[in-house]
Amino acid sequence: MRVPVVIVGAGPAGLAMSHHLVTAGIDHVVLERGDLAHSWRTERWDSLRLLTPSWMNALPGHGYRGGDPHGFMTAQETVAFLEAYRRRFEPPVLTGVTVAAVRRTADGFAVIADAGTWQCDVVVAATGASSEPRVPALRAELPTRIDQLTALDYRRPAQLDPDGEILVVGASASGVQIASELQRSGRAVTIAVGEHVRLPRSYRERDVYWWLDAIGQLDERYDEVDDIDRARRHASVQLVGTNEHSDLDLNALGAQGVRCVGRLVGISGRTAQCSGALASLVANADLKQARLLHRIDEFVTSNGLEGEVGPPRPAQPTVVPAPPTSLDLAAFSTVVWATGYRPTYPWLDAAAFDHRHRVVHDGGVARMPGLYVLGLPFMRRRRSNLIAGFGRDAGDLAAHVRAYLGDVARTRAGARIGVVSRVEWPSEQAVARAANDVLDRT
Amino acid sequence: MTQTDAPTVDNGVNIDALRGARQALTDAPAAAQFQWRARCEWVRGTNSRTTITDFSGLGQEHAHRQAYCIEADHPEVFASDDNGATPPEIVLAALASCLTAGVATVATHRGVQLRSVKATVEAGMDLQGILGIDGDVRNGFDAIKVTYDIDADASRDDIAAIVAQSQKRSAVFDIVTNPTLVQVELA
Repeated sequence: MRVPVVIVGAGPAGLAMSHHLVTAGIDHVVLERGDLAHSWRTERWDSLRLLTPSWMNALPGHGYRGGDPHGFMTAQETVAFLEAYRRRFEPPVLTGVTVAAVRRTADGFAVIADAGTWQCDVVVAATGASSEPRVPALRAELPTRIDQLTALDYRRPAQLDPDGEILVVGASASGVQIASELQRSGRAVTIAVGEHVRLPRSYRERDVYWWLDAIGQLDERYDEVDDIDRARRHASVQLVGTNEHSDLDLNALGAQGVRCVGRLVGISGRTAQCSGALASLVANADLKQARLLHRIDEFVTSNGLEGEVGPPRPAQPTVVPAPPTSLDLAAFSTVVWATGYRPTYPWLDAAAFDHRHRVVHDGGVARMPGLYVLGLPFMRRRRSNLIAGFGRDAGDLAAHVRAYLGDVARTRAGARIGVVSRVEWPSEQAVARAANDVLDRT
Repeated sequence: MTQTDAPTVDNGVNIDALRGARQALTDAPAAAQFQWRARCEWVRGTNSRTTITDFSGLGQEHAHRQAYCIEADHPEVFASDDNGATPPEIVLAALASCLTAGVATVATHRGVQLRSVKATVEAGMDLQGILGIDGDVRNGFDAIKVTYDIDADASRDDIAAIVAQSQKRSAVFDIVTNPTLVQVELA
């Protein structure tokens, strides 16, 4: 089968891309291994809700129309939202098609799937940023009697061994949410905290994402930050979407009775060793949060919004009781690894990757001509890994795809009449900026 | 936040060279492998002398401008001759000087002029550990407290951010807060 474009993955990013291609009149198929939004159906814990308020989760031509725009959608509601999107513009999605390999050919790509092979000029990898949990190597050193699971395996408290204490490793969104839920279920939970980003759920009576959107932070571009590599490695925020709109920082966890310890750095026999640097990381997270709130206050003042929003409220400093630097693992039955995720493309041609097995790309345009990635953290802008970011990124990439396809067509014609041209957009200006930051990492 | 053009700041840190080094080592990660060395010789009693002359890095051997000596001993209350600081005190010195170097570097990178930087380091230790009196007491410090007194052209929050950043990029801070594999053997 021959088609100009194959999109791999029918989640929000793949559908947003499809919408732009439909609008541009570019023929394509969207291949999905399971049902629409497969990972949203099968790889989320029961209580999970989006971090962004519903009013914000707009895809091209499709916004939230439910009754609670300031609420946070569950995974099932997200699936329903995407199904409504599909009904709305009927993208060419083929479900139950698993891609086994994407190979460069003399004439574009061969997308080899269980349901057949597609020849195409462009492949868009829209399989998400969380294909696989990132788990440190020291997992192998845990005593074997301790159950281990990752945030992708976690579903609900009842799934865990009912006895013993629980160690949650990682204090980004997944870690703090899982730790909080387990503690609420009556378990004794310890959370190992590394570098983290503290954010209030709301500030001055608006949701924090309203502010991040308003002050332009979500629209900061990948080619305008000092060190994009570092920005892309940033941990996700300590946040949860609940009806109460409550905070879920270390103070909130502490008030619940969760014990905070430093980053898990070693396992020696039945002792887990924790970094003594927690106070430093906590102080850093407080400083960063204070800086953001200050930026919001300045925005309020310079835009004369004092009458419309609430009064400024300085954040409470994070108070963590002096943490132990070692834990006796004998007390623990379960370790939950909430140490992040990584995208994986096991089907993709090896030439697309760098030595750390990351796809080499500039703002989603892969170094391998005709290949595009979508939905990765800070891919083109700070909002790139939010549903609210897929539309713009997909729009940018669709424009590039269109130019690329035109170029391919001209080259094919040129093979007969002798004309060769090249797509030059977007540039590589991000590379030149990488040198800038020596130590400015806060 | 990032100030890359701060021509008036002079803290004695060659920030352009550091930026250049960072870029060079990003492009050639093998050159980033360094090895630090110290040679220690027993003098008498608890007195020892450590000499530091050379190290390797950037793919070659290097020598310090001159050999540096660190005298270590125990104080008279331990019935020693007190010919030098105790080894734990030298660890405190290493931590403070590492963090302070970081403060100067980060401040320069952020265009902040320093006038004075003073650190006080305090660390508690229960001698029942090293004397083997109580097996539950560790040999090392129970905790370390570093207090900075900094006079600089910046707000208190900005100075706090500089101090925080210096911890994030400090070798000795990492060494004392995280475990390190240590192997001691006979030559």
